[in-house]
Amino acid sequence: MPIVILAWKSLLNRRFTALLTLLSIAFSVTLLIGVERLRGEVREGFTNTVSGTDLIVGARGGQINLLLYAVFRIGNATNNISWESYQAITNLPKVAWTIPLSLGDSHRGFRVLGTTPAYFEHYRYARDRGLTLAQGEPFADLYDAVLGSEVARTLGYRLGDPIIIAHGTGDVSFARHTDKPFRVSGILAPTGTPVDRTVHVSLAAIEAIHVGWESGAAAPGRSPDAAQTRELAATGALTPKAITAVLVGLKSRIATFQVQRAVNDYPEEPLLAILPGVALADLWSLIGIGERALLAVSAAVVVVGLFGMLTALLTSLNERRREMAILRSVGARPAHVLALILGEAVFLTLVGALLGVALLYGVLLLGGPLITDRLGLFIGMGPPSAAEGLLLAAVVAAGILVGLIAGYRAYRLSLSDGLLIRV
Amino acid sequence: MTAAPLIPPAPAAIAIRDLRFRWRADLPPVLAIDSLDIQPGERIFIEGPSGSGKTTLLGLLSGVLPVVNGTLTVLDQPLHRLGAVDRDHFRADHVGYVFQMFNLIPYLSMLDNVTLPCRFSRRRRARALARGGSLNAEAVRLLGHLDLDDPGLRARPVTELSVGQQQRVAAARALMGAPEILIADEPTSALDADRRAGFVELLFRECREAGLTLVFVSHDASLEGLFDRTLRLAELNRAAA
Repeated sequence: MPIVILAWKSLLNRRFTALLTLLSIAFSVTLLIGVERLRGEVREGFTNTVSGTDLIVGARGGQINLLLYAVFRIGNATNNISWESYQAITNLPKVAWTIPLSLGDSHRGFRVLGTTPAYFEHYRYARDRGLTLAQGEPFADLYDAVLGSEVARTLGYRLGDPIIIAHGTGDVSFARHTDKPFRVSGILAPTGTPVDRTVHVSLAAIEAIHVGWESGAAAPGRSPDAAQTRELAATGALTPKAITAVLVGLKSRIATFQVQRAVNDYPEEPLLAILPGVALADLWSLIGIGERALLAVSAAVVVVGLFGMLTALLTSLNERRREMAILRSVGARPAHVLALILGEAVFLTLVGALLGVALLYGVLLLGGPLITDRLGLFIGMGPPSAAEGLLLAAVVAAGILVGLIAGYRAYRLSLSDGLLIRV
Repeated sequence: MTAAPLIPPAPAAIAIRDLRFRWRADLPPVLAIDSLDIQPGERIFIEGPSGSGKTTLLGLLSGVLPVVNGTLTVLDQPLHRLGAVDRDHFRADHVGYVFQMFNLIPYLSMLDNVTLPCRFSRRRRARALARGGSLNAEAVRLLGHLDLDDPGLRARPVTELSVGQQQRVAAARALMGAPEILIADEPTSALDADRRAGFVELLFRECREAGLTLVFVSHDASLEGLFDRTLRLAELNRAAA
């Protein structure tokens, strides 16, 4: 029976406390790795709010501003870009597809986006995931609206329900386009991006509801009704004169800087083209403080868990001083005593860490679909990443340190106690 | 003219000269022994109340405490010159120890308790195997000599044994693998008065059979007569005066 089995039997003798310590470490590891994984997913999700888009084009102004209103529907553009400029961009040889965006209206706090069916076809987020409709279809009729998942859930809309768009981002009764109610034709699946918070309508519809609103408010008696606007749409008279921004997809990534320069240097109108990935990463470094704080908190939880183990070990030492004296009397050295304590700490930490990771996978397996459904976050079930592996190694190293501290104390006690059995 | 002895005297099992022990350099010595010889096979009764330095003396004899002033030679080994690790090895190989109480490790079986010294000493392990064929067989044999034959008893947790039974298991452990010296620190003090002599007799029988040197510390004067020699620590230890 080598020292290892002696240590194991000793631990079994204190199995209740040992199990508590084990669970404490396991839970804290689950939290730590879970948060790290979540952090990675949130960061990925953010930087991939609009993946697959090579350039975003808007009127010349601030880069972050363009990103905020074109992608996050926050704030407003200082200027629009003309339809001719949009056509010119679309016709550039290296451009594969474009999505025009028209912002300005809202519905009960949610922004309204005027766009074309190209949006549903080409918009990508996260790891190349496209938009899917949970219910219904994209626009067919002029006054069809497709809701983001959060809009539908928060306001309780179902397919076929009517929707009134308000002019501008406020929601005052005299600014509502009540004469042209929309109909919910589709509801998108959750994405975890600002798409969830958007009401999508066609570009033509935006034009339709603003006919007669050129001065910024309804001109009494000069606005056509809904039926008349449908006729106008059929004739193509509702092509917009200006839009807010454009999402651009290129035939080849290599052409990105070339096209960006072409857009920025466009002589007919002052335009700005940004690389969404770069701009998003910049923005994240500003607002990403929260995620680092989260990681710091979960690291603190692990430290607390390990302190718990240290406390349990040190307390057990007092009860085990007799045991130590007996072992010393049969020839054990103080080093043996240290090894016993250290071995126990390392064992508890290792098994605790493994259990924690297993628990995490269990939680992801059982709760993953719920998280995706509610938060639009897809937390991967893959093996631990390099960063997670490093965290686990740090936890084990900390456990070894705890073992050394307690082991050294036992070592000193053994030296000073000698063969004295303390009653 | 006295003739020189034809047979040189056997070396003492334990020989102490000019031993002074103090816990810290600035404290007065707690143990001061000028000379002490214990012959191999002797059964020594050391009488000393607490405070007379008996714990210290046993710590020194078993190699747990270091000898800084004086010499301590056990079985021809100069313990005063050995480092801590070597002294621990020495104790593992040559010394069996019995405490006053709480001798047994509660989460080990009776047999595991008895065979414990063999886990720390290759020498004792080899001797036990030579004697009994297997460690457990040798343990059972020793336990049998100490009136602990019952296999049913062996299966029970050691915490359920009576004090007397526990002390006898401790004795078996101390005898395991035939160490040369057996140190017993008040082993009968926790036993009923009428059982003490019986325990001592058992111990004597085993020691005689194995040729062990027995150092028995106690304050129970009624047992004194059974032993070869009595040492009074109060007289022996100049520092206790």
